[in-house]
Amino acid sequence: MAKTVLMKGNEALAEAAIQAGCRHYFGYPITPQTEIGAYLAKRMPEVGGVFLQAESEIAAIHMVYGASCAGKRAMTSSSSPGISLKSEGLSYLAGSDLPAFVVNVQRAGPGLGGIQPAQADYFQATRGGGHGDFRNIVLAPASVQEMASLTLRGFDLADRYNMTAMILTDGTIGQMMEQVTLESAEPTAFEKPWALTGTRCEREKHVITSLYLAPDELEQKNLSRFARYARVQRAETMVETYGMEDAEICLVAYGIAARVSKNAVAAARASGIRAGLIRPITLWPFPAEALANAAEHVRQFLSVELSMGQMIQDIELAIRCRRPVSLVSRVGGMIPTPEQVLLAIERVARGEAI
Amino acid sequence: MIVATRPHALTTAPTHYCPGCTHGIIHRLVAEAIDALGIEGRTIGIAPVGCSVLAYNYFNLDMTVAAHGRAPAVATGLKRANPESIVFAYQGDGDLASIGMAEAVHAAARNENITVIFVNNAIYGMTGGQMAPTSLPGQVTQTSPAGRDELLCGFPVKVCEMLAQLDGPEYIARVAANSVKNVLSAKKAIEKAFRNQVEGRGFSLVEVLSSCPTNWGMTPGDALGWMDSTMIPYYPLGVYKDRSAKEAD
Ligand SMILES: Cc1ncc(C[n+]2csc(CCOP(=O)(O)OP(=O)(O)O)c2C)c(N)n1
Ligand code: SF4
Repeated sequence: MAKTVLMKGNEALAEAAIQAGCRHYFGYPITPQTEIGAYLAKRMPEVGGVFLQAESEIAAIHMVYGASCAGKRAMTSSSSPGISLKSEGLSYLAGSDLPAFVVNVQRAGPGLGGIQPAQADYFQATRGGGHGDFRNIVLAPASVQEMASLTLRGFDLADRYNMTAMILTDGTIGQMMEQVTLESAEPTAFEKPWALTGTRCEREKHVITSLYLAPDELEQKNLSRFARYARVQRAETMVETYGMEDAEICLVAYGIAARVSKNAVAAARASGIRAGLIRPITLWPFPAEALANAAEHVRQFLSVELSMGQMIQDIELAIRCRRPVSLVSRVGGMIPTPEQVLLAIERVARGEAI
Repeated sequence: MIVATRPHALTTAPTHYCPGCTHGIIHRLVAEAIDALGIEGRTIGIAPVGCSVLAYNYFNLDMTVAAHGRAPAVATGLKRANPESIVFAYQGDGDLASIGMAEAVHAAARNENITVIFVNNAIYGMTGGQMAPTSLPGQVTQTSPAGRDELLCGFPVKVCEMLAQLDGPEYIARVAANSVKNVLSAKKAIEKAFRNQVEGRGFSLVEVLSSCPTNWGMTPGDALGWMDSTMIPYYPLGVYKDRSAKEAD
């Protein structure tokens, strides 16, 4: 039975992980994802699961690797500096085609940066985040409800495609409280015939490795991995549109920036400006088709980001630079107000530069 | 008369190790322990990054390969996810005592119920003979061409002595693979390290002093002799911690 409660985004995500059947959490403390660890430290023992505070983010992601080798759903969560450390493990998970669930509650950088929200890890997340050719499925919730629903989805996607699913969110979505409806459906069961469960002296041994010393074999591995990625791109892209039927000015934003942008679009439309919003829910795969279609009637795109301009490159690629794209951004932990975004919309509506 | 047979837990694949390298002997001792305890069907091995990265070709076991130094973390994940399985990490000295020191120390401190076989050959074998954290004072390597100078490069890391200081681990011992006598006690120690896990006792690490004739620039025979003359005096053999022996006192 579903129940509706008031929860912080990070807690909703943590509870959804439990609902998804995840019983193995490994993590290292960092703000602003603290509530995830705190919640699961209490909750995992209640459901017979494992909560383990690792010695570092590096150790935590490799513990996830180990638990995933055993065929179990496993997760780790962190924030920007910790995700940099996890990038080694992300690469090995990808090279070994193992499912994993990873959360980045982003904070401002670079370096130690600050603890206020940011979206400056977009490149890192959508390009894989470690060495070698690989991708993660990147999910960008814009509400506490989506922190829960995209977590459920993320575990399924990871298991379906044998790859990492990452929640890319920020301190605001992570720490704000909203109503959330938690489903209590049975988690989807996936066969994992490749898992390291011991041969029982009855079958051929299983080997999970990312090492392929023969270049032709390694090339084939990469090619088949990218064929799988192409299937993800075809089947799993998620996007929300708002006011796009007749939009001349199209805002593109995800996460907290999308919420601000939606308010600005509503205000603009109230004053007669034909603005609209495209909100990627998956950042990888990026909803390139929705953008390309929009470019047919949109005059000007605005990328609203809490970064110096990262997603804007994917927008330009998606529309093949057929229309101008401008950046509306705040960084360092600052969030643009709806008024700032509205001002930008009004300027471009008048044909002015922003 | 059959003098020796291949342990069942070993495959028939010929190893890629250099002539005179004792990695092969250590593999055999691990396989013999697994056979002796009858745990082949539920044992999972973790190969390191180093000369033994291909160890999965030589064991008849489910295996994975960890990133450089991370085997104890991978072992932790595997064991926590499936406590029924017997999990061991096989690691070199660069892997365990340099890049993976934190993972090793904390797995020991948590008393993870895993077995670690730590192969100390005082050098980075796979990458061509660079100085390891365990290279001896004065030892000539590719990256200490004038001999390891402690003022410049610091002192070797004595892993057993260090880990024995922790309250966590169950069993810490150092053995050597360079003579019949030493190999026999190595066999006992390795078997104990696996039995401890079967009995749920916790973290067991056996440091096995090993040879690298190729990168030491010695004949296989001289390498075994150098272990006796130089390595063992610096890294004394013995049991550094054994909680079950203490309980028996
Ligand atoms: C992150 C990372 N750094 C460096 C390397 C290169 N590398 C491969 S093996 C190795 C050293 C292995 O030495 P050791 O652990 O002593 O094992 P041995 O080869 O002597 O058995 C290094 C540095 C790597 N693969 N990954
Ligand atoms: S390089 Fe050294 S450690 Fe590696 S296989 Fe050869 S002798 Fe053994």
